[in-house]
Amino acid sequence: MFPRQFDYVAPTSLDEALQALADNPNAKVMSGGMSLIPLMKLRLFSPQLVVDIGRIPGLDGISDDGDHIAVGALVRHAQTASDPLVAANAAALAQAAAWTGDAQVRNRGTTCGALAHADIAADQPAGALACGATMVARSASGSREIAAADFFVDTLTSALNDDEILVEVRLPKAGAGEGSAYDKLGRRGGHSDYAVAGAAAWVRKANGTVAEARVALTGVGSKPTLAPAVAAAIVGTDGSADAVVAAAEHALEGVTVLEDLYGSEEYKAHLAKVYARRALTSALDAV
Amino acid sequence: MEITLKVNRREVSADVEPRTLLVHLLRERLRLTGTHVGCETGYCGACTVHVNGTAVKSCTMLAVQADGADITTIEGLASNGDLHPVQEGFWERHGLQCGYCTPGMIMSAVALLDANSNPSEDEIRHGLEGNLCRCTGYHNIVRAVEYAGAKMRGEEPPPPDWEVSA
Ligand SMILES: Cc1cc2nc3c(=O)[nH]c(=O)nc-3n(C[C@H](O)[C@H](O)[C@H](O)COP(=O)(O)OP(=O)(O)OC[C@H]3O[C@@H](n4cnc5c(N)ncnc54)[C@H](O)[C@@H]3O)c2cc1C
Ligand code: FES
Ligand code: FES
Repeated sequence: MFPRQFDYVAPTSLDEALQALADNPNAKVMSGGMSLIPLMKLRLFSPQLVVDIGRIPGLDGISDDGDHIAVGALVRHAQTASDPLVAANAAALAQAAAWTGDAQVRNRGTTCGALAHADIAADQPAGALACGATMVARSASGSREIAAADFFVDTLTSALNDDEILVEVRLPKAGAGEGSAYDKLGRRGGHSDYAVAGAAAWVRKANGTVAEARVALTGVGSKPTLAPAVAAAIVGTDGSADAVVAAAEHALEGVTVLEDLYGSEEYKAHLAKVYARRALTSALDAV
Repeated sequence: MEITLKVNRREVSADVEPRTLLVHLLRERLRLTGTHVGCETGYCGACTVHVNGTAVKSCTMLAVQADGADITTIEGLASNGDLHPVQEGFWERHGLQCGYCTPGMIMSAVALLDANSNPSEDEIRHGLEGNLCRCTGYHNIVRAVEYAGAKMRGEEPPPPDWEVSA
């Protein structure tokens, strides 16, 4: 099993890569290749040109940029999972990266690739949504920032244009009273493999009250999505176990639930509430 | 495309199509057939090799991506005819039955022990999540890795289960 023929370039500068994308409407970016190569081998997708960004220097770092942490395009899942800056400021994303695939997948796949791929059951998009991440997209004609809440458009569809590269994801620095967490049921049980359903939560407490919250779901619908009604219901409470249970009951408001090979609509709806509750509980514990 | 890489400490060059997968370069061009192909979809881990010291699935990597890389396959583990402690562990603790998953399982186990010299049973099981075995039920694979870990730490390996009385 191998892909159809394609042309391949591996530029050593970002500008060259962006130009290759601008010049070739049928080009595709490749970072870790953990989703793209399987799709190409199954011939579900056959780009004319693959632009491998893996040899561009300067994209593989995680840095403290003042008010945010920047995770570069070539940062692998394993690195996101074990980085102390990510753990301290965006624990939900670190946890989601740690539970993405298996050791070999985490050694090659990139956090930015997992976001750009926008799989309905991917882990890290939920973490990015809950942590209020911002995506930085570059093209030959410039740069723009996209809020995570606007980034996941539909099944396998992000807000990126074909000629854009997601060069980094920015995670706001955590302030006092903040905490976040991710939890999932994996397709192979436990935390293993894509999420049958999963949820990430971020909270900020002030004076014993939940002042702000974001909860995101993955695996249950057509895309990773915020569950705004859960967040609204927990804000203003003391974050007690009862308040969390009550808030999680709102998990499906404004969220489309779809069945797939791994669960019926009813089961997914149930899991959405269970994981919203678990993620919220852990996020509050982490404050 | 002309690529040059190191495979098992030897420099090799090859002219490959961009779509050539690393596993096909290794097996069909370099005749290193110890690396197996199981599922071809990235799930079973039979094709696991080390690229620049980390375990990767060679069926889900293009040969051109490995240009300039340092690759180790199962054939490169033993030195001067002495088995690597993980290979020895699989032998001593019956970590295989049909052997199909074994090369990939061993390469993953070596990477696991390189990163964590004294893993718990749980850490071993989780660390090998990317490798499927259809025969052993994993039990003796875990024991084999425990054996190897002890050897690599210079300790006496735990006795085999079949010598431990109930
Ligand atoms: C066996 C296996 C198990 C897996 N299990 C899980 C799991 O449990 N949870 C999970 O979430 N995922 C899982 N994955 C998918 C994995 O997380 C991928 O690494 C990820 O989806 C894609 O990242 P990548 O760097 O490999 O991107 P690639 O495969 O290189 O690219 C994927 C897509 O994103 C685009 N893209 C990539 N990087 C960029 C960029 N910087 N800018 C613009 N576009 C870009 C590509 O054009 C392509 O369309 C699994 C994959 C495998 C093979
Ligand atoms: S053959 Fe590569 S993962 Fe199965
Ligand atoms: S020993 Fe047969 S598949 Fe593992």
